[in-house]
Amino acid sequence: MDFAALVRYGPELASGLPQTLLLVGQSLALGFVLALVIALMRLSANPLVSGFAYGFVYVFRSTPLLVQIFLIYYGSGQFRPFLQDIGLWVFFRDAWFCAVLALTLNTGAYTSEIIRGGIQSVPFGQLEAGRAVGMSPLQLFRRITFPIAIRQALPAYGNEIILMVKASSLASTITILEITGIAKKIIAATFQPVEVFIIAGAFYLLMNFVVTQAIRYAEYRLSPKSPAARARAEERRQKAILAR
Amino acid sequence: MDFSLLAWGDAGWGDQMARGAVVTLAVAVAAYALGIVIGTGLAAMRLSAIPPLRWIAAIYTTVIRGIPELLVIYLVFFGGGAALRAIAAGMFGYEGYIDLPIFLTGTICIGASAGAYSTEVIRGAVQSVPKGQIEAGIAVGMTKAQRFWRILVPQVARFALPGLGNVWQFTLKDTSLISVIGLVEIMRQAAIAAGSTREPFTFYLVAAILYLGLTSFSNRGFGWAETWANRGVRRS
Repeated sequence: MDFAALVRYGPELASGLPQTLLLVGQSLALGFVLALVIALMRLSANPLVSGFAYGFVYVFRSTPLLVQIFLIYYGSGQFRPFLQDIGLWVFFRDAWFCAVLALTLNTGAYTSEIIRGGIQSVPFGQLEAGRAVGMSPLQLFRRITFPIAIRQALPAYGNEIILMVKASSLASTITILEITGIAKKIIAATFQPVEVFIIAGAFYLLMNFVVTQAIRYAEYRLSPKSPAARARAEERRQKAILAR
Repeated sequence: MDFSLLAWGDAGWGDQMARGAVVTLAVAVAAYALGIVIGTGLAAMRLSAIPPLRWIAAIYTTVIRGIPELLVIYLVFFGGGAALRAIAAGMFGYEGYIDLPIFLTGTICIGASAGAYSTEVIRGAVQSVPKGQIEAGIAVGMTKAQRFWRILVPQVARFALPGLGNVWQFTLKDTSLISVIGLVEIMRQAAIAAGSTREPFTFYLVAAILYLGLTSFSNRGFGWAETWANRGVRRS
């Protein structure tokens, strides 16, 4: 074990941290919006709309993220003349754009299922009560559906964030130098895999620790403070762990 | 898109892609089996009365579940190769280059990850066996082994089945990552074909369809297994 190596490679690996965070942040933000749309489509009464949403989720959950990334980044090259004609080639030749697009579509599919589960957990009586006092559909969503659904979905979404932090490492396969990309570069050049792994791994564990604590805090703030509600929250957390 | 590229035999890549699918399935099955062995051992450790065993298992699952599989693959691939060469040079005086067996390396990496996830699934399943049943077993004079085989195993297998089905799903998908170290499974074969025909979209699409087929098919298998395991169970 070469302890000097830990100091030597630390700064270089740390320079990948903003890239990883940016990749995850952008994809999660865009993915959440996409997921909301997909979840609402899935719950639609129109079979064409809900069928499309089902197909989208099914395909993206049943294929590896690596295939999705390669299909977008390398696959788009096959249609280069066409993409150039319609002016989209500038996006698809950019690895960052392709990585964010793939991660967004992927997390959008997974998150939409989490949101759908949350929305479906809202007790019907509460919506009925809202309608009885004359709330508009928008008010119903903002005051009843959304707060209950988000509380139900939070632990599972926390898991999804952690999976996205890990998934962002696949961007390194299409030349993006985030933490894993830099780690691979250093390993290939120096053949000190253990030292590099320890630092890079520590960065990932740190990020995931922060995410876990933040979600826990958010859950605590959003939950009613009765012991029964706490027990329910704990049960949800256990279930979320088992789900993946 | 030119689908004649997918012809069987020398004219196309159809048979190569199919062979890739077989390799994917083989790695996935091997890694999954390894994962369940690791998961069972670690679940036993997590439920053990000896604190250090619990800590080791908890650290393993936290670390492996928190670090990208790709990083683990790079560590084992580069680190394992270096270690193997050091052993060969030190013990046998062999100074040449030795490559790690990639199938084994891949199986170990993906199996390590599957093991961490199945630990949680199996632990949860063990904990959902009612304590009274174990007590009843003690009361009728069953030995420890009898209680294990007659009370725990049949129920834990049933409770863990849906979770283990999930683990299988992402084990299968994670095998695509082994392509980065050169194992010729679906992804690597698609990359080779894409490079030589300049039709990347066609071949990655075929890869996606193959994965879709494998996951759908095995999903149905797990569905049947669950129905079978829950036969005769009273539904609420």
